[in-house]
Amino acid sequence: MEKLSGMICEDVGAHLFRVARRAFTDPDVLARERDAIFDHCWLYVGHSSEIAANGDYVTRSVGGREIIFNRDRQGQVHTFLNTCPHRGAMVAREPQGNAAGFRCFYHGWSFHSDGRFASKFPEGNYGESHYQGGCANLTQAAQLAEYRGFWFLNFDAGAVDLETYLGDCREILDLVADQGENGMEIVSGNPNYVIHANWKLLAENSIDGYHAHLTHKTYIDYLGNVGNMRVDETFAAGLTTGSDLGSGHAMVEYPAPWGRPVARWVPSFGEGKKAMVEARAAELIARYGEKRGTRMAEWNRNMLIFPNLVVNDIMAITVRTFYPVTPDEMHVSGWALGVVGEDPDLRQLRLFNFLEFLGPGGFATPDDVEALEACQRGYRNQREAGWNDISKGMPREGQSRHDDEAQMRAFWREWDRRVGGAA
Amino acid sequence: MTALRPEIEDFLYAEANLLDEWRLNEWFALFSDDAVYEIPTAGMPDSASAAQSLFYVADDHTRLRERVVRLNDADAHSEQPRSWVRRIYGNVRIETEYDTVIARCTFMAKRAKNRRVDDFFGHIVFRLVRSEASWKIATKRVYLDMDLLHPGKISIIL
Repeated sequence: MEKLSGMICEDVGAHLFRVARRAFTDPDVLARERDAIFDHCWLYVGHSSEIAANGDYVTRSVGGREIIFNRDRQGQVHTFLNTCPHRGAMVAREPQGNAAGFRCFYHGWSFHSDGRFASKFPEGNYGESHYQGGCANLTQAAQLAEYRGFWFLNFDAGAVDLETYLGDCREILDLVADQGENGMEIVSGNPNYVIHANWKLLAENSIDGYHAHLTHKTYIDYLGNVGNMRVDETFAAGLTTGSDLGSGHAMVEYPAPWGRPVARWVPSFGEGKKAMVEARAAELIARYGEKRGTRMAEWNRNMLIFPNLVVNDIMAITVRTFYPVTPDEMHVSGWALGVVGEDPDLRQLRLFNFLEFLGPGGFATPDDVEALEACQRGYRNQREAGWNDISKGMPREGQSRHDDEAQMRAFWREWDRRVGGAA
Repeated sequence: MTALRPEIEDFLYAEANLLDEWRLNEWFALFSDDAVYEIPTAGMPDSASAAQSLFYVADDHTRLRERVVRLNDADAHSEQPRSWVRRIYGNVRIETEYDTVIARCTFMAKRAKNRRVDDFFGHIVFRLVRSEASWKIATKRVYLDMDLLHPGKISIIL
């Protein structure tokens, strides 16, 4: 595969960082990304809570493959390539279920829930090795690992271990995972949608603090109209950050102007829920101390784990991943994460709050989708107008702000290191 | 009873027409004060609850009002310039429960924007309550019978 250099132009002295628009449109770039990124990075598969019981499984697309993510009858977790070793048909075709094993409907080859070939055919059909862990078991992804309930796979057996890969993202995932004394869980309901734009546009957008007040003006108006806005001193002081978490991971962090089910009350939640939300905040502070507890209750974090996992702990917690289908089309999957054993009223509030901004029917996401698609159409002009500018904040001394673009530059430098062939 | 279904059908067709013509304030006036407008995530059963599962849309009366306010604003970028929308309701069936009518229908909606056509299809369950000479919508729940949301967003009201 051709290495692609010259896609990034960084001039520190001139405070200029530019990305070639070709990176969003060229099929050769996508082919290189499949090879250099998706075949070697840790990719999010799912959450422990989705396969809580032995035998539970979900099927989904990960890194261009069709995957079965399951917990076998002994409790061991696997990621199988969803393809029959016989002639290739997918052996599981439901989105989720509970199964003692899998059976291909095409010719009937069967597999235990740990992937071992389970069929017994009359003698003469197949040799002994078919039944002895030879060529007839389901194939597994090269590596599979968990961090705090989040499961990742890697198609590269030689890739660094997950904890090393996640690096500083672990601390931020901890701020999410620690919100529930008994852990966190994926709430049922999984929006899957198509955006007619390059996948990297959503990577950028998910950690972009610069666009919010313009793209989402109607959402901010809504907050004011219904009393779901409470701006206090920390927000007014502009204590916001945009951070390079290393290895292409990046984050913005800022105090919330809006309500958070865990745990920042605003008037639109209603007086009746004030005590409950404030008790959650007090509980976090009691458990984790004033500083960390307040950070968990009051502050928002939008984090991108390279290349394509977003964990946004904002007016609710969303987990989101997305994959390219073509240079100008991606498929997005989103989930809501909630506290295990959450009070039903608080769960209802969490989901209500989620939808005020997030998801295909929210008050903000549709405008993001429109913006990303407008960029993609704009890139048709790249012969004459060939470069994106993501220089904002470069002359600023010290810590970058959430509405700078330092966090996007972190993503692009890692992208360039891998795609440009330096990796 | 025999006259009720045509009456309800006329009401639903008028409701659909207000949406197609972007007469959103008039459309919102059709709802009762405690109304709910919901779109469960694709694949959810009719029994799903927005209190327990993640939906695409779960509006109470206040947020539905705000949805209309937002879509009437030129800064609702996903619907600026306005998309072209046209929908068909069919297979209307009704049941009465005391003073309430449950009306179920199949729908297909087309949306045209940016030289692309989006398809939405599924079924709708309305709960209608009598209000003087006409009806008010107490619940409109739209089920998308689609396994992947190809349009990418539900920026129009379905």
